[in-house]
Amino acid sequence: MWRTGRKLVGTLWADRKARAGASILALFVLVAVLAPVLSPYSPTATSFARSAPASWSHPLGTTGSGQDALSQLLFGTRVSLLVGFGAGLAATSLAMLVGVVAGYVRGPLEVVLGFLTNLFLVIPGVPLMIVLAAYLPSRGVGTVLVVVSVTGWAWGARVLRAQTTTLASREFVAAARMAGEGTWRIVWHEIVPNMVSLLAASFFAASTAAVLAEAALEFLGLGNPATISWGTMLFWAENSNALLTGQWALLVAPGLCIALLASAMSLVNFGIDAIGNPKLRER
Amino acid sequence: MRYALRRLPVLVVTLWAAITLNFVLPRMMPGTPADAALGKIAGQGPVTASQRRAIEVMLGVPHGSLLSQYWQYLKAIAEGNFGISYTYFPEPVSKVIGAALPWTLALVGTSTVLAFTTGALLGVLAAWRRGSRLDSVATVGCTFMTAFPYFWTALLLLYALGFVLGWFPIRGGYSSSVSPGWDWTFAASALRHSVLPAFTILISGLGGWLLGMRNNMMGVLGEDYVTFAEANGLPARTVALRYAARNAVLPSATAFGMALGMVVGGSLLTEVVFGYPGIGYLLYNAVVNEDYPLMQALFLVITVSVLLANFVVDLLYGFLDPRVRR
Repeated sequence: MWRTGRKLVGTLWADRKARAGASILALFVLVAVLAPVLSPYSPTATSFARSAPASWSHPLGTTGSGQDALSQLLFGTRVSLLVGFGAGLAATSLAMLVGVVAGYVRGPLEVVLGFLTNLFLVIPGVPLMIVLAAYLPSRGVGTVLVVVSVTGWAWGARVLRAQTTTLASREFVAAARMAGEGTWRIVWHEIVPNMVSLLAASFFAASTAAVLAEAALEFLGLGNPATISWGTMLFWAENSNALLTGQWALLVAPGLCIALLASAMSLVNFGIDAIGNPKLRER
Repeated sequence: MRYALRRLPVLVVTLWAAITLNFVLPRMMPGTPADAALGKIAGQGPVTASQRRAIEVMLGVPHGSLLSQYWQYLKAIAEGNFGISYTYFPEPVSKVIGAALPWTLALVGTSTVLAFTTGALLGVLAAWRRGSRLDSVATVGCTFMTAFPYFWTALLLLYALGFVLGWFPIRGGYSSSVSPGWDWTFAASALRHSVLPAFTILISGLGGWLLGMRNNMMGVLGEDYVTFAEANGLPARTVALRYAARNAVLPSATAFGMALGMVVGGSLLTEVVFGYPGIGYLLYNAVVNEDYPLMQALFLVITVSVLLANFVVDLLYGFLDPRVRR
């Protein structure tokens, strides 16, 4: 598994788009880790002039309540990455559980899980997210993470299920079964290692969706408005009419970061697609 | 027809599941909607038993066992009775939704069809000239474009085209100086107001269709019949559109039904930004005002519409590709 992993990374790195995506992603991780060092001020300090335009001491200006926008942007990277990767991981785990079980097991469980997947696939995600967030009593990063994971697993489950079904009918799985291997062992040692690229693809797809969904929820004011994140920055910027007062940086900067992070993740996915489908590889 | 009949049970079961989910969700959460409303009122003074009863009836909180509640819920839906809106009191929820629905249907319908056709055509072009500058600009540009949050694109367009240049109105579905009706001044005003929201949905959706169509085309272009058509000396346009694209569009057609849910979600956010009087803005207002009956009914309407649209796409797919009918 280690060797396939290294080969995958090699193929990924050979793809120009995936390389660009991975570099941008690494940069964001670095910013998130070093946010306290890089930020000129505390992101919550409200001691500055309110709604100040961009200047040398505040390159992006200050917010309506007198916080330094650049420091908020740098610290906001943490929430986006946390929710993106966290919800991506949660949604992919859920997708793997449902998909692999539905693809491997026969009988009523398969039918029920398949139906559940299809149901969540057609129920529009954003309205479900909004309604869920409205019903849940607590509002914070954790709530957003749960809501985004619950609404984001179905697509991955469907893809993984299809792959499991084809893998389960292959000779090596039949051989393992005849050798008397347990179901659990077959699933973990024979089937899952053959789906690494699919798992990676659904992880990045789910993470991309999670980053966008988190921003949307917080923009609508359904997160905790006191968190420092790109979504809440947009929420406050919109609430203080930043565009109409000419403080466009307050809206453009977080939005651009969201778009950049989300496209970096989809760029990585281009490379992963190319692993699975050599026709898409760059010559 | 037989194909349609065979798909019908799936639709019915899915509809039932969606309706039940809508019933279960609020009951799984701690506290009832009536409690939330009571909490608001309790802040202003003590709540008497009769007030509590009135609020519970108003918010559609039935008494009795879960099973009898479920039965009442199904009965109310069958009668189209979704209760009374809390924000637009005393308007019934069904009337409030009925007023907003045409706006969203017109906006989302037109812009989605436009996004699909332009995106698919550009995808064919990008795949046909694969490796060219046009192809790389289109793929990278579209990856970036699909990563833009809908609401952010909407905000930027609003600022640039609406506020700075003043070409289009910033908010609402029609100008406040005209009254809604079937006349030209109203239609012109509504059209002018819909340009920016429609454009937002168009450019946010376009990229996905382009990338999907390009990928499908890449698969089809390697097929023997395409090589054969080329070897026959058919014009490039004929080969691209009539041989390759016709087959490549099939997976996109199935994706269309699935993507519809995403488009609906994105358009909700767009409507919020532009204050467009459709379903999305209504849902946002319902959530902000804790108008649970309206919220629940809206979620149901949105889900059922997407399910029905999916069903229609499924049927069309059977028409497009005779193989799935078997």
